[in-house]
Amino acid sequence: MSSLTANLVQSVDWLAIAPPTIAAVVGLVVLVADLFVGDAKKALLGWLSVAGLAASALMLLPLLDGDRATFCLSGEADVCSYTADRFTLVLQLLVLGGALLAALLSVTALRDADKGLPEGEYWFLLLSSAAGAALLPASRDLATLIVALEVASLPAFALVGLRQGDRKSSEAALKFFLSSVTATAVSLMGISFVYASTGTLYLTQIADRVQHVDGQLHTLTQTGVVLTLIGFAFKTAAVPFHFWVPDTYVGAPLPIAAYLSVVGKAVGFSGLILLTVVALPSYADVWGPALAALAALTMTVGNVGALRQQATRAYSAVRLLAWSSVGQAGYLLVPIAAAAYSDDAEHSIGSTVAYALMYAAVNLGAFAVAAVVGRTKSRNRVSDYRGLYATNPLAALLLAFFLLCLAGLPPGIIGLFAKVTVFSAAVDAGLGWLAVVMAANVVIALYYYLQWTALLFRAPEGEAVRHRVPAPLTAALALTGVLGIALSGAPQLVLRFAGTGLF
Amino acid sequence: MIDINESVMQFLLAFVVVGPLLGAVAALLPAPPGLKGKSPEQAVLRHGVTVTGAILVAAIVLALGFDHDHPSKMQATTDISWIPALDVRIHLGIDGISLPLLVLTALLTFLCALYSYFKMPSGPTPKAFVALLLVLESGTLATFAVLDLLLFFLAFEMVLIPMYFLIARWGGEGRTAAAWRFILYTLLGSVVMLLGLLLIGIKAGTFDMVALATDNGRSLTASVQVIAVLAIGIGLAVKTPMWPLHSWLPDAHTAAPTVGSVLLAGVLLKMGTYGFVRILLPIAPDGFADFAPYLAAFAVVGIIYGSLACLALAKQGAKGDLKRLIAYSSIGHMGFVLLGIATMTPTGVNGALFANIAHGLITGLLFFLVGALKDRTGTTDLDALAEQTGAALYGKAPRLGGLLAFAAVASLGLPGLAGFWGEMLALFGAFDPADDLSRTAFLTFMAIAAFGTLLTAAYLLAVVRRVCMGAVPQDAPQLADVHTYEFATWTPLVALTVVAGLWPKALLGLTDPAVQQLLAGGTR
Repeated sequence: MSSLTANLVQSVDWLAIAPPTIAAVVGLVVLVADLFVGDAKKALLGWLSVAGLAASALMLLPLLDGDRATFCLSGEADVCSYTADRFTLVLQLLVLGGALLAALLSVTALRDADKGLPEGEYWFLLLSSAAGAALLPASRDLATLIVALEVASLPAFALVGLRQGDRKSSEAALKFFLSSVTATAVSLMGISFVYASTGTLYLTQIADRVQHVDGQLHTLTQTGVVLTLIGFAFKTAAVPFHFWVPDTYVGAPLPIAAYLSVVGKAVGFSGLILLTVVALPSYADVWGPALAALAALTMTVGNVGALRQQATRAYSAVRLLAWSSVGQAGYLLVPIAAAAYSDDAEHSIGSTVAYALMYAAVNLGAFAVAAVVGRTKSRNRVSDYRGLYATNPLAALLLAFFLLCLAGLPPGIIGLFAKVTVFSAAVDAGLGWLAVVMAANVVIALYYYLQWTALLFRAPEGEAVRHRVPAPLTAALALTGVLGIALSGAPQLVLRFAGTGLF
Repeated sequence: MIDINESVMQFLLAFVVVGPLLGAVAALLPAPPGLKGKSPEQAVLRHGVTVTGAILVAAIVLALGFDHDHPSKMQATTDISWIPALDVRIHLGIDGISLPLLVLTALLTFLCALYSYFKMPSGPTPKAFVALLLVLESGTLATFAVLDLLLFFLAFEMVLIPMYFLIARWGGEGRTAAAWRFILYTLLGSVVMLLGLLLIGIKAGTFDMVALATDNGRSLTASVQVIAVLAIGIGLAVKTPMWPLHSWLPDAHTAAPTVGSVLLAGVLLKMGTYGFVRILLPIAPDGFADFAPYLAAFAVVGIIYGSLACLALAKQGAKGDLKRLIAYSSIGHMGFVLLGIATMTPTGVNGALFANIAHGLITGLLFFLVGALKDRTGTTDLDALAEQTGAALYGKAPRLGGLLAFAAVASLGLPGLAGFWGEMLALFGAFDPADDLSRTAFLTFMAIAAFGTLLTAAYLLAVVRRVCMGAVPQDAPQLADVHTYEFATWTPLVALTVVAGLWPKALLGLTDPAVQQLLAGGTR
């Protein structure tokens, strides 16, 4: 009897799945609570969500002691759908931390919007998306992977279009939705091809069986692999799937743009890593060159796009961050491409993870400063940042630091060394040409980052008016600033992932 | 010379590198009670003088405590692991090659801070100025003190942002474009350099310069060495600057404020040549030997090109800018340094290092003098200054005129002054280059470079004639002669130029053993 139940009822390691679960549960609680909370107390929902995200991030701590896995095949204990290894934990930390910071920005944004945004729905959508994003790096089969991907992105479409009566917002949401759904459909088809030829959805089993596919099914498998990869490339906003980014970022509420730029990317590239390195290492000769070309294109298009932004155009600051995030996605792809060529794929992947952690901290910091400026200058143009040092010296110094981190120049030491790890992954794998392309891009990117930085310290136009920065924004600024500075002093904190195995 | 405890030496070297950074942070904070001075501006400028002074004292004590009997040995070394993932270690140390540059940097920065205390360049707040100056000092000192390739890169990059802001915010006409040009050129060079450094580090398995120098390129294949030398060489050549990668320099010098020009010429350019000696020569000798003739050829072209550009600028009616002229003369002088390095002989490299120091002293002085001239007359345009007969500085401000003439003849390499030995040794080196280099080629280069010295003499004398000589008109406005603070800042440079000219052994005794060891691959 007991053996029968053991077969039918899976034992679930609740501790292992706690981080995404808590986020999802708190999301539901917020949605229900929204019905019972009076208008005056809606702010409580925000703090509840922040606390929920913090709690789920804290639940990563007990998982540190070793790898855990759950939802395993009853026959084979090492084939599991959910694994909490080091890779998972680091990315979950990135995703939940990024969502937490976006939530801090949202608290102020929602208060400033003054009922322009529906609070209960907003927090529910944000938390569900975060839950999906946290689930994704842990999933080890294609079905869970695609479900997690959809859970992460479907609420994001709604979040982008949430501003009531805002045409640009709805248009952005539609653009985002249509292109994303197409990509999902494509990758679903790819997955079905892969399943058809290998007969399994588990990544590790695919890795085994894909090498011994029947000769007749060879074309089918290859097509499946390519289609699946395309779907995930979309999520990282790799060129040519990047065109939705600038409009979406501008149309979305600012915290959501911040969220998408970090968490949305993390989702995309962790899926890409799982697919390429875990499931399809034998197809390295297919995805390696493809990803390398994609990386080169992405960083070039992104940086050139950012370079062409006019400082006086409306929302140019967000637009510039959007294009620069496309460029940064290109850097993130470099080590994944390098993994195809190197003997030690995990080492390369670690470079991507380390770079992503750095990028998450400083990019969210830059968005936090943009949120501070956006409160008084609603058009959020780059030229509005002129003389920020005179009105808000600390915010200006922090933004300068974040931008220099993104550019990879001292005093942004962590940005510099994160780029060095990416470079070394490329050089190590013999991708010299990609390293040179990236080098050229670093210089292009420096131009617009530094131009913005220099603007901060110019004499302000007109009277300088000081504003008090609300507590949640201050907290977000402090958090990202401390992170960035601490990492600059001790880069080893994130770069250690580049040195050791993650899986 | 004096016996100082090793741990004190370690602390001093670490202090020299980190001290200015802490000073920069302190400069941004409000002055503590008791140090408020007459005004916040005065207080922060005084802070700059104090910090750079303390660093200079520390550097001099380091030089005194340095074991002069073993200059080839790394001294005052610290070696701590910083980023194990990338194998980056905080490895500091000085030997006979880096010590003179370290002291020169500390001296020039101190003199600049002192000069700015009395004569702050016009621009935004002095607070930021002092902070940037100190970050710049820290970056340059770190470049000369670190012994890890990635740390070297970090230090190399650290000077970019402060120098950019110094030019763009406190500079003269055309400063924004010049500042952009400076930073984009240098950065483009240095990211290529980073690729080369990574290639070496990954192939050899360590980023440690001492270990790599001892290895002497034995664990690097020929093709790796060639690629690495090409990549690193481009980065360093932009900084040096080597013709044809020099075009950022004249604009940057023309636009920069006086102290910016002094530091740019006196210190920043040396980072490039130092990299050639410290990294390329010992770590990838075979690759460097492949490129040495080309480097020498470019260097010689630079000498001639710089001199011809100066001659054109010095001509009557050419509307030549004096600062621009000195910038072009720097290209020529750095050509001699590169030629010396390219010979790969102890003589040539010693000459290069000597010329490095001499150029720092003399060109630093020249930029100070031209800056002072601009403060008095409001222009650095030679035609506007000289009008028909000449600016007659001898008549209007005899001491200033005399100093300018002194600096000019020192720069043209008059025997007995610092400029002479470096260029002569570089030419000597080219006369008898290393065994595997083509002697015919280098003899040709030597002949052309020697002709360059003639051209150098020609334009510098033309400058002296047009600026210092001439008839004093009756109603000419009197120019203020040298002020006390100017004397204070310039005297050390003048004195050291004479000392280095008369007693070259003081410097060569330091560099020679270290160079011998570097070229022999640390096996001695």
